[in-house]
Amino acid sequence: MSEKKIITIALAGNPNSGKTTIFNNITGTRQKVGNWPGVTVEKKEGLIQKFGYDLKIVDLPGTYSLTPFSIEEIVARDFVLEESPDVVIDIIDSSNLERSLYLATQFREIDSKVLFALNMADVARSHGTKIDAEKLSNLLDVPVVFTVGNKNEGIDNLLQEAIKLAESDPNEKEKRNVKYSREIENAILKLKTLIEEKAANKIHYNSRWTAIKLLEDDRIVKERFIGKAGKAGEEIIDEVQVLRKNLLVHYDEDPEIVMTDDRYGFIAGIIKEIQTISAKERIDFSRNIDLVLTNRFIGFPIFIFFIWAMFQLTFTLGAYPMDWIESGVNLISSFAGNIVPESLLKDLLINGIIGGVGSVIVFLPNILILFFCIALFEDTGYMARAAFLMDKIMHLIGLHGKSFIPMLMGFGCNVPAIMATRTLESEKDRILTILITPFMSCSAKLPVYIVLAGTFFAAKAGNVIFSLYLLGILLSILSGRLFRSTLLKGVDAPFVMELPPYRVPMLKSLMIHMWDRSKMFLKRMGGVILVGSVIVWALSAFPRSIEYSVDYSFEINRMKESFNMKIAAAGEKDKELLKNERIAAIAEIEKAMNAEKTEKSYMGRIGKGISPVFEPLGIDWRGSVSLLTGFFAKEIVVSTLGVLYSTEGPDDKDALKNALRSSGMTPLSALSMMVFVLLYLPCLATIAMIRKETGSFKWTAFSIVYSTSVAWIAAFCVFQGGKLLGY
Amino acid sequence: MLLSEMKEGEKGVVIRVAGNGALRRRILEMGIVKGTEVFVEKYAPLKDPIELILKGYHISLRVEEAAQITVEKSKQ
Repeated sequence: MSEKKIITIALAGNPNSGKTTIFNNITGTRQKVGNWPGVTVEKKEGLIQKFGYDLKIVDLPGTYSLTPFSIEEIVARDFVLEESPDVVIDIIDSSNLERSLYLATQFREIDSKVLFALNMADVARSHGTKIDAEKLSNLLDVPVVFTVGNKNEGIDNLLQEAIKLAESDPNEKEKRNVKYSREIENAILKLKTLIEEKAANKIHYNSRWTAIKLLEDDRIVKERFIGKAGKAGEEIIDEVQVLRKNLLVHYDEDPEIVMTDDRYGFIAGIIKEIQTISAKERIDFSRNIDLVLTNRFIGFPIFIFFIWAMFQLTFTLGAYPMDWIESGVNLISSFAGNIVPESLLKDLLINGIIGGVGSVIVFLPNILILFFCIALFEDTGYMARAAFLMDKIMHLIGLHGKSFIPMLMGFGCNVPAIMATRTLESEKDRILTILITPFMSCSAKLPVYIVLAGTFFAAKAGNVIFSLYLLGILLSILSGRLFRSTLLKGVDAPFVMELPPYRVPMLKSLMIHMWDRSKMFLKRMGGVILVGSVIVWALSAFPRSIEYSVDYSFEINRMKESFNMKIAAAGEKDKELLKNERIAAIAEIEKAMNAEKTEKSYMGRIGKGISPVFEPLGIDWRGSVSLLTGFFAKEIVVSTLGVLYSTEGPDDKDALKNALRSSGMTPLSALSMMVFVLLYLPCLATIAMIRKETGSFKWTAFSIVYSTSVAWIAAFCVFQGGKLLGY
Repeated sequence: MLLSEMKEGEKGVVIRVAGNGALRRRILEMGIVKGTEVFVEKYAPLKDPIELILKGYHISLRVEEAAQITVEKSKQ
């Protein structure tokens, strides 16, 4: 081979056709995961070398059709139309041939070089289905290859055929296409001739395909056609309108509906010729599993058990590696503390960068485990059953059954929860779920409730905390309904969902899935979260020169001297006692100094500055400063309160409780503050994730403003309402 | 009768898919076209959605969506 050439191969196919497995088998770990430009649909590609060629494999989104109704379909179609891959491999689930051919015939129509991979033919055979591949190949004039994706069989052959096809002459033979009903064929022919006469050199799409799409009133093709063909295009569109009207009268039905019927008619004809089913009633392993898993009585208990197990694994098992990471971060930070000389840079490094990134990186185990479980649900086929069970309930909020999982994970941590919205197909569902998930009270908020409710509600603390969780759920439902009828209006995504057969998952696929998610999360660390951490650090570390109300270093020295004198005078026995007293006394002064330092930092000043906003909620300036620092991570609210009330630190809960009680905070204002913590803006890491997953700055800003407004209003109602009721 | 009126374990042949826009097209594209034989496998525990078997695969539809589909019940 003298010269290497890059051949682009697009992998297309229905969801659950085994496309991802084949993609993973071909590319292995050399995958690049990103988004398709402008949309949040995931794009995977891999570059490999095989048989002396450089092959670029692009995994198109799994779709059932190429009508421009969903983003996935638009993305898949546009890639084939605009990027003109050398070959499109359509992966067909052999045990689901009839429906798979619907997509396949559409690729055929686009006039790209298509190759069919009859995947999982072994499964089909075991069901008693035999497919005559040669006949299929002859009938549609397409090369056909058998593959077994999960056993890595036929992949080399598939690639060889793809290369052969890519190198072949494009106009070798007359293509065999779907034959539509006579009137429609006449209309197509008429339009095709018109397009070729008037706009042939202006549009690079196949003219028969363009004619078909125009007759189907395909919004996107129509727009592009007018855009490119100009005046001639408009004339042709006028003709299309006439033809469509005539067809509507003739068939008493929209032409696109008749054409869908025709395609399936054409496919039924092919199926008759190439497929033989010997088994009378197919023995279905999957159906038996579903007798249990979606059973009327035990379906739900089993589902709840699986979800419980996932939750436990993610957050309970995940807690151990989280501890390791935490101690690792502490180790790094103390190591850095020892080698870096005392300076502003040291403070930035330890408290800003290591502390900040460290507090977010601890979520990594959660993410790894959660996505392992989700991949397991998806790859086995259970996810579709979960949606099947939950759809009725979720539909009340205007959501799809699948939204349940991300929302539930929100109780653990919103970062993985928002990443989990990727399992939703419709973008509207995804955004809606992302907007309401933060109202699920995450586990980092629990320490705040424990301190406040424990201090002010004592025996009733459990009930109070439980009501907070309920309030969060209630508000997410109300918000969901509100958004569905306003901002994200429109028809709900139709719940036309395939229930794929259960399959044994492949470890390799699970690992790749898990790794992709974690990589995405880690990348965030280097970006937004790092910058955010540094900003938050700077706000609390500056200004450096604070005019303290008391000269603390003088106080400390005085204290040291007076103790030193006492120690020198005291007997051997009292010396140790006095030394301990000295340490305690100095710590006391240092705490007062830290409290004043926090109060006078920019963060403290901002907190004090905005405290009038919190006054109607019954929250004082210390509360507002700690809420502000809670932006970083919710549990920090407690430690900031600790610092501001100059208590021993977050571990010494009793001291903080006493300080809180004597600060003038009442049970009512504590409740108001808890409600605010429950609902107000998500933490930095979550916001970074919302930005990433919505792909939109506007939605991110909206989420922040909306949640904070809801929080303020709810806390206002609690505090002022409570006051009116005489609490 | 409507597909949504069929009971578990009943079989029918699709006569017409009503409704409009994307949903109707989507239903047709999934293979629920005139003449297709459908088998009602089960209703979800909360009576919605409904699971069907057609063209050799399983699909679920919401009851309101199934109410757009007219079928002729086959004799068992």
